[in-house]
Amino acid sequence: MSFFGFGQSADIDIVLNDAETRKKAEHKSEDGRKDKYFLFYDGETVSGKVNVTLKYPGKRLEHNGIKIEFVGQIELYYDRGNHHEFVSLVKDLARPGEITQSQTFDFEFTHVEKPYESYTGQNVKLRYFLRATVSRRLNDISKELDIVVHTLSTYPELNSSIKMEVGIEDCLHIEFEYNKSKYHLKDVIVGKIYFLLVRIKIRHMEIDIIKRETTGTGPNVYHENDTIAKYEIMDGAPVRGESIPIRLFLAGYEMTPTMRDINKKFSVRYYLNLVLIDEEERRYFKQQEITLWRKGDIVRKSMSHQAAISSQRFEGSSHPEKPLPQDSREDDS
Amino acid sequence: MTDSAVADTRRLNSKPQDLTDAYGPPSNFLEIDVHEPQIVGVGRNRYTTYGVRMRTNLPIFKLKDSCVRRRYSDFEWLKNELERDSKIVVPPLPGKALKRQLPFRGDEGLFDENFIEQRRVGLEQFINRIAGHPLAQNERCLHMFLQDESIDRNYIPGKV
Repeated sequence: MSFFGFGQSADIDIVLNDAETRKKAEHKSEDGRKDKYFLFYDGETVSGKVNVTLKYPGKRLEHNGIKIEFVGQIELYYDRGNHHEFVSLVKDLARPGEITQSQTFDFEFTHVEKPYESYTGQNVKLRYFLRATVSRRLNDISKELDIVVHTLSTYPELNSSIKMEVGIEDCLHIEFEYNKSKYHLKDVIVGKIYFLLVRIKIRHMEIDIIKRETTGTGPNVYHENDTIAKYEIMDGAPVRGESIPIRLFLAGYEMTPTMRDINKKFSVRYYLNLVLIDEEERRYFKQQEITLWRKGDIVRKSMSHQAAISSQRFEGSSHPEKPLPQDSREDDS
Repeated sequence: MTDSAVADTRRLNSKPQDLTDAYGPPSNFLEIDVHEPQIVGVGRNRYTTYGVRMRTNLPIFKLKDSCVRRRYSDFEWLKNELERDSKIVVPPLPGKALKRQLPFRGDEGLFDENFIEQRRVGLEQFINRIAGHPLAQNERCLHMFLQDESIDRNYIPGKV
């Protein structure tokens, strides 16, 4: 963009060095579209090339410096002007001067800290991106390349079950149990509801998964609740002594890991809501928080070769002689 | 905890159900019939009463089988008491039918058979919805309405 018709301009292109081998992950954008982005983990190096291609070859391009930045930022939708950057790295690619022909610059951000997972929600967005900028007197030329970051965990040492007796005195007593309090994103919730006292006419029972996104602090806290799943576990009227099983596969639902007080700006938490509905449509419910985490595949690397082959066979791989992929980090199932 | 390739989805252990619990009468038995409309009084001072018969095994009700007679304004009284004292959202009553009380109608007005039947159905739905509500069951006014011979409008409101 320039004021007079034929000023020199340039196109910028950012290309990662491992673009061929690096996995991509799907991520939903603000408008609901799903796009694929390069997937990175905490501590990984981000390296590549910045191609500056002159629009009019032969004509020189004057500039005030060329740089590339790696940015991790949180954007609250009600406060769009303020971006809270929690990671901000810069590499200068060229000092102020001029370019007479299209050029390529190498860059490397070594072992970059990426403490939080990428998140696009109802009221807040956390994203990581590379931004290459050619600074100029009147207007900069810049280009951004978004990446997606996943945070991985391993099986927690302590993962107690959730077991509780709740009810309305003299009307309804139930004991509910969920086998764990921390579930990974492809886990299964196994549980049961045991009826101790039933003096109301129940018509059916369901389990809902509720996602609560909390933004803001102090008096300005805002909770956005979203029911991600409704799963009927019982149809009909139970009586005392009956035990209703729960088996809820989480892989079918779009969820993120639990995010607590990210950079003191927002949280994303998940709750199981057990709902009993009686014949007059009255709803009795009990909400219970669960922790969701993203499972990595890191354990595979420490398995013996034989055990690794067996596990591949078990999962239906048709080529048990193939060596384990070195970069396998996440469950592909 | 081992990293198993397939999650363990076996059911959790639970106590086997007692057979008397499984096949005995349920603890939530509550049925209320609004029936047998009767026209009471003469001339311009007539009104309709309905039989309200309750059968239940809920311990909160003193009588397991009761029958009382109530008129529309009694139902209105109950609705007002519950709206004032309890936290529940009280369902609507069938209409007040003021137009039917005006003279020079082609039909029997308030004592038209179809109208009485419609109203009976509405009152039955109303009382069943309320009586099954755990919060309404705590109110003195509901017990008085269902099980006392007559309603004492000077009663002291409260919980049972």
